Amino acid sequence: MSEIKPLEQFELKRLVEYEAFGGVDISFTNSSLFMVISVLAAAVFLLGGMRKNALVPGRWQSMAELSYEFIASMLKDTVGSGGRQYFPFIFTTFMYILMCNMTGMLPYSFTVTSHIMVTFGIAIFIFVAITIIGFAKHGLGYFGMFLPSGTPWFMIPLLIPIEVVSYLSRPISLSIRLAANMMAGHAILKVLGGFVVMMGAATGWLPIPFIVLLTGFEFLVAFLQAYIFTILVCVYLNDAIHMH
Amino acid sequence: MDAETFKYIGAGLTTLGMLGAGIGVGIVFAAMLNGIARNPSAESKMKGYAFIGAAFAEFMGLLAFVVTALILFA
Repeated sequence: MSEIKPLEQFELKRLVEYEAFGGVDISFTNSSLFMVISVLAAAVFLLGGMRKNALVPGRWQSMAELSYEFIASMLKDTVGSGGRQYFPFIFTTFMYILMCNMTGMLPYSFTVTSHIMVTFGIAIFIFVAITIIGFAKHGLGYFGMFLPSGTPWFMIPLLIPIEVVSYLSRPISLSIRLAANMMAGHAILKVLGGFVVMMGAATGWLPIPFIVLLTGFEFLVAFLQAYIFTILVCVYLNDAIHMH
Repeated sequence: MDAETFKYIGAGLTTLGMLGAGIGVGIVFAAMLNGIARNPSAESKMKGYAFIGAAFAEFMGLLAFVVTALILFA
């Protein structure tokens, strides 16, 4: 009986080995391949949908317009009109993470967002960018972020460290949430799939309904995590633009 | 029992962290449903806040998962 390895699917494999600058490994891995596929999928989905550009949208065009409207209204609700100029970036983030999660749901594919390194790369970039936006808008007054208005004076020494830590933990919580959700879901699917093999022909069909249910749930999680990631970026952007 | 055994027992015990996250996420969505039942017109606004709250509550459970990974693989 073969042993189940639920974490084997997250292994990185070098497809094209390449070293640059004397020893820096920048090989083209299966992760890079699925990043390219996700970007292509997003581009095909949006460009293909808007190809005809009809006044009365067909099914495909209406899907593309729906995704646009969804993010546009979310940005408007959380940030207001001041966030309008950041819409292309927010929309790109959403589509990229959504497509990475969705291509990961295909059998035998690789989930790019299940690696903390990838999600942390996205999150730290957003964190630094939003901090720069905050300082550009408010100057040194942006340090007022760490002191909520109306704090009693004796609470100030206690509250400032808490606010600083909570501000600095933003990229960590953003990245770990996305990566751990995707990784846990795929690992559980693999474990349940292993049950089918282990239980054999007589009772092996028992876990299959659960696998179907969980796969549907995983699609929900894939969408929901992209949504949560984006809405949290919007909330942080709102903090940087309007402070609190 | 050697140290390796305790390692796996500890890794299993970290799943208890899901308890709090489950209660937290449940409270968030229960409050959202309560709010929507009282004022259905505010549903779209409440949904956004509920998902943010659920994300924060869920993150606490995911930290338990991170500890599991640290115990097992680090």
